[in-house]
Parts: sequence; structure tokens; C-alpha cells
Amino acid sequence: MQISDPHMLLLIPLLPLAGFLVNAGIGRRLSKAASGGIAVGAMFLSFAGALAASRALLRLPEDARVIDQALYTWISSGNLDVTLGLRLDPLAMVMILVVTGIGALIHLYSTAYMHEETDAEYARYFSYLNLFAAFMLILVLAPNFAVMFVGWEGVGLCSYLLIGFWYKKQSAADAGKKAFIVNRIGDAGFLLGMALLFSRFGTLDFAQLAREIAPLAPETAAFGALSAAALLLFVGATGKSAQLPLYVWLPDAMEGPTPVSALIHAATMVTAGVYMIGRNAVLYTHAPGVLEIVAGVGVATALFAATIGLVQTDIKRVLAYSTVSQLGLMFLAMGVGAFGAGIFHLYTHAFFKALLFLGAGAVIHALAGEQDLRRMGGLRRDLPVTYWTFLIGALAIAGVPGFAGFFSKDEVLYRTFAAGYPLLWAAGAAASLLTAIYMFRLVFLAFHGEASDGRPQHGPHQHLHDAPPRMAVVLVALAAGAVLAGYVGVPAALGGSNRIEAFLEPSFHPAAEASVEGAVEGLSHEAHDTGLELGLMGVSTAVALGGIALAALFFLRRRDLADAWAARYRGMHRLLLHKYYVDELYDAAIVQPVKTGSEQVLWKGVDAGLIDGAVNGAGLTIRGASASLRRLQTGSLRSYAASLFVGVLLVLGYLLWP
Amino acid sequence: MVSLTHYLVLSAVLFAIGTAGVFLRRNLITVLLSIEVMLNAANLSLVAFGRELGTVDGQVIVFFVVTVAAAEAAVGLALVIALFRLRESLDPDAYTSLKW
Repeated sequence: MQISDPHMLLLIPLLPLAGFLVNAGIGRRLSKAASGGIAVGAMFLSFAGALAASRALLRLPEDARVIDQALYTWISSGNLDVTLGLRLDPLAMVMILVVTGIGALIHLYSTAYMHEETDAEYARYFSYLNLFAAFMLILVLAPNFAVMFVGWEGVGLCSYLLIGFWYKKQSAADAGKKAFIVNRIGDAGFLLGMALLFSRFGTLDFAQLAREIAPLAPETAAFGALSAAALLLFVGATGKSAQLPLYVWLPDAMEGPTPVSALIHAATMVTAGVYMIGRNAVLYTHAPGVLEIVAGVGVATALFAATIGLVQTDIKRVLAYSTVSQLGLMFLAMGVGAFGAGIFHLYTHAFFKALLFLGAGAVIHALAGEQDLRRMGGLRRDLPVTYWTFLIGALAIAGVPGFAGFFSKDEVLYRTFAAGYPLLWAAGAAASLLTAIYMFRLVFLAFHGEASDGRPQHGPHQHLHDAPPRMAVVLVALAAGAVLAGYVGVPAALGGSNRIEAFLEPSFHPAAEASVEGAVEGLSHEAHDTGLELGLMGVSTAVALGGIALAALFFLRRRDLADAWAARYRGMHRLLLHKYYVDELYDAAIVQPVKTGSEQVLWKGVDAGLIDGAVNGAGLTIRGASASLRRLQTGSLRSYAASLFVGVLLVLGYLLWP
Repeated sequence: MVSLTHYLVLSAVLFAIGTAGVFLRRNLITVLLSIEVMLNAANLSLVAFGRELGTVDGQVIVFFVVTVAAAEAAVGLALVIALFRLRESLDPDAYTSLKW
């Protein structure tokens, strides 16, 4: 371990944090150009810092790629010793590049997108945005659970602030609260898992934990402390990364400004859970039972969300469910032990999901806030830049060969199959098919066909404006990323060497002497079965193209067919349209009981009855007692004198009694 | 021979009569008179002790008591006159408005 420049790592989260402080402090007095400039500048500088740090990391020999920067001892109590510091390793490096790179582009895009806000609101927006990036960077650079928890909670807070940014709108305020509360449920699991690990191993440091866990035998049969900790941490991940059953906040998070959705979905927040599992890869490989749960939850979420995405009519909601679904695929990869593939998919997904959201933002911007797909149509001619970049994003997420999503998604599916889970593979492939269908349904409905009658027009002129330059630049840059990002991980079967996974490998097995046995471990070093991989790749390609073709059939050529199918399977259609009634179920099973319990028991019973009762009861008792006691106060001089006399007699009697 | 005990018994009897007068009489002036009787009962026992012990301390204290009693009578009678002007009554039970 060596530190090339002691303050370099520190600068990466501190720059956005400084941007936050400036904008939060004096932002309301700054012009839009100034506050936006500060925020964007901070992010680009942070990106430059991340690049410099990455270069320093890459110069280190392959088996010692860790840059540790301990600032000071944060907590020292008993045998709890928490260092406040930052640590860069290959996994963190990929993450900081994604967070700062994509984040900076989203900041830049926001300067144009949010231009209609007042100066003060504009500054508030950018201060939150910067804070979000800062917390995410703290999260990924954390060397131990305690520091990670700071970032973990911080992004939760910022998601609340940003989703509820338009807080005067009731639905936005509610969505912010929902995100925060659902996340808190997951956080409780995270905190418990953290405490369990500490009580077992006496440390919260990731590297230390990995060293302690590595020599232990994997808990294959029993469900021991490691499995319990892994499962609890995974509960935290399901909250943060929107997996079943805690995904419900993410679709509602669409209430926030569109660039915020891009930031939450692509660069920050939802990737935290995937990252956390990758960070604790050693722990998870020692709890194979939990890994299977992770894979199961992941694939179930992928399918579940994809089916909902098929019928949603809000452009952002389709994308939201697509994120939930793609995150499911990442968890599938994590669950079958293909940590590198999962992180690879996270990284490519960041590009095309940011692109898709920002493209959707450009559409919404052009249509003056219209988000309903049924009221769009034919936008291809009016918004060429948005259309082409959006198309690239859609091709990438569908997994068409040559685009970024193809390489990573294929890697995930191949690893799933090779790890011996053909069923999970089939479910993942089905989710990919659905992905291709709903993405191209979105493209065809929004951009192709004829303009629907209800389509709003922006401004007094009867033509729509394409994305303004600052937004267009970002769209083009992300589109380039959505094409090229996959080429760092070209699989061996296609003549590449999958460099990103080889690069990430040390992060998942930090203990040099790792002697972990087990199928999961063996897999990563297993020689690739080229024939199988090519075959699966063919299937993936067929699935992607087939999905696009199906979407074209239903939503481009024969729109009536889609309606006919919706009518024929009306029950199914309604079930999907209402998102399987999960929100209603949660409302009935959790929200209403909590509300009723709070009102009937806690408010009317405990608060009004017990607490107020005790306070009022004390007063009433004293009043009742005084009511009879004050009768003594007769006002009659002679009775006072008599009582005085009797008192004196009593005192004398007591004193003189022999 | 009149012993200390006789004086003290007389003093106690006077004191009891005075006390009973304070409690039982229904005329404020009589009540004041009864208080004078109680004071003089105390004076009697003081003087008796002084004589028994052969000192003048008891008599000195009695002088003070008499002085205070004079002042008390003056103030008390003035109050009685004021009260009578207010209510046209000397019954102590007429002045019970300072009650609950």
C-alpha cells in the first residue's frame, strides 16, 4: 500500500460536498449560471480526481492495487475501532468513475433541464444533487461498514430530498416519504447485519473481515452467523437497490425531476446494494444458501418488474420498472457468484439507463411536461437527436450485439448457466425478452407512428424543440458510452479477454492466501466453454431481436392487435396495469394497520388515555382532595383560635408526656 | 402559707377561663376582655416564679406584657369600632367572609 498523493482520494468526495455547502449556504443569492457552474464544476473536478486516482491505482502491481487513506480514528471504544478514511481498489475505482463521470454529465444536463425554476430553487436543486454524489462517493470509497453506512444513509436522505423536490405537489412529497421509509426498513437489516459481523469478528473493516472469514468453512448445510449476517445485509440491499419486496419506492420516485431519476437509477443509490454485495463477496461466498436467495430474488424481481413494464403508460415508469428489472439481473449475477459480471452490468447499465432517462427527460421537456406514452407518437421527426440517442440506449438495454448491454447481460446469463442454474438462466433470458419488448414498445409508441391528437405543443409555435445544446451534448456523450462501454469486457469466446472482470477479481478475493473451496470460487477460474458461451450468446441475440420484432409487430404494424390482446387477457392486463396490486397489498397489510394502530391504540389509547390521563388525573385528584380540605377554611375566628389551641395542647402534651 | 402551686393553679384556672371566654363568648369586646384575662394569668405565673426564685426577672417581663397588652387593647378596640361601623354587629360569626 502506498499513497501517491495523500489528499487525492479525499478530494473526490470533498469537491461535491464543497459544492453542496456553497449552494446550500449562499445559493439563493447566486445567479443560475453561478450555482449551476459551481455544481457542475465540482463534479467535473471530482471526475478528474477520480481519473487521476484511477491512474495511480493502475500503476500499482496487480496484486497490490489498494490505495488506503486513513484520516483519523473516528470511533475508539472498547474493541471497536473505526477509522475514518477512504480506500480505493479496483471495485471502488469502477464505481467512482461511474458516479463522477455519469454524475457530472447529469449535472450538466440539469443546468438546461431545470432552467425554468427560480434562482433559489435552482441552487437548492444543485446543492442536493452535489450532496447526493458526495454521499455516494463516500459509500463506494468506504474502507469499513461504519463509513459505508454514512454514505448509505446519506444517499437515502438525498433521494428523499430530491424525489420530493417539488414538495408543494402532494404526490411528490408522498413519494419522497415512501422512498425514505422503505429504505429505512432495509437499513434496519443492514444495521443488524453490521452489528452481527462486529460481534462475531470484532471489526468493521472490509479487508479485515475478508481476512477473518476466508479461512472459515462455507456454511453450506447450516444457517450460521455468516449466513444470518449476509441475509440481513441483503435485506438492506433490497431496500436500497429496489428488489422484491422493497422495490415499491423506485417507481414512485419518478415524481422527482427527470435528471434526478437518471442519477438515482444510473449513477447512485440503486447501485449501492449491488456494490455492497460485491464489496462483501468473501462473506457471501461463505454463505451459499444466502447467495441462492440473492439469485432467486434477483431473477424474480427481473421477471416481475419486466412484466409490469410491458403495460405501463408513463414513459418514466416504464424506465423505472426497467431499472428494477435490470437490477434484478445484477443480483442474479451476484447470486451465482459472478460478482465481476454483476458489476460489469452495473457499469454498462449506468450509461444506457442514464441515457434513456435523460432522453425521456428531453421528450418531457419538449412536450411541456407530458409523460403519457399514449399522448406522444411521431416524435422521431421533431426530435432527431433525442430519437437517435434514445434508440441507441434502447438497443443497448435490449442486448443487441455490439452495444454495451449485450456484453454485460450476456456475461450475466452465461455465468448463470455455467454455474449450474439453467432454470434461472431461462428466467433471466425471459426477462431479457420482455426488456426488449417493453423498451421498443416505448420507442415505437413515443417516436414512431403518427402524432396522437392529444399531444401537447410547446410554446406558441406549432413545432417541437429538440434538446437544447447542453442536453444534446450529454445525450450524445452517453450514447457513445452506451455503445462503447461494453468493449472493456469482450468475452473470451469473441476473442476478447474480459479485462474488466480480471481487473475486478482482486476486489472479490482480497485475501491473497484465499483458500476458499466451493463451486462458486472454482467457477471464476474455470476455463470458458467457448461453444456453450457462443450458443448462449446466439440465444441472447435471438431473444433481443425477437423481442424487438414482437414489439414492432404489436406496436408499430398492428396496433389493433395489441389492443385486442389486452382485451382478450383483460384480467392479466389489469393485474399488470395495477402493478400486481402490490402497493394496494402493502397499503392494506402494513400502512393501514399501522395508521389504524397509531390512531386507535397509540393516539387515542396510549397518548390520550394513558399519558394525558395521568397528567389530568394528577390535577383532578388534587382538585378533588382540596374540595373537601378547603372546607376547613371557615373564616370563623373562633374556630381558628380553637384549632390553634388544640394544636398547642397537642404539642405540649407530646413534649411533656412523661 | 400560699405556695407556688397555689399561684400556678390559680393562673391555670384564670387562663382556662380566659380561653373559654375567647372561644365561647359572642361579643368581640368580651373576647378582648377574655384575652386580657389570659394575659394576666400568664403575668401571675411569671410574678409567682419571680418571687419563688427571688429575682426581679419575672416582674420585668410582666411590665413588658402590660405595655404590650395596653397597645393591644388600643388596637383591638379600634378594630372593633371599625368592624362595628361596617356591619353593625359585634358577633365574631358575622365576620366570616374570608373563607373558602
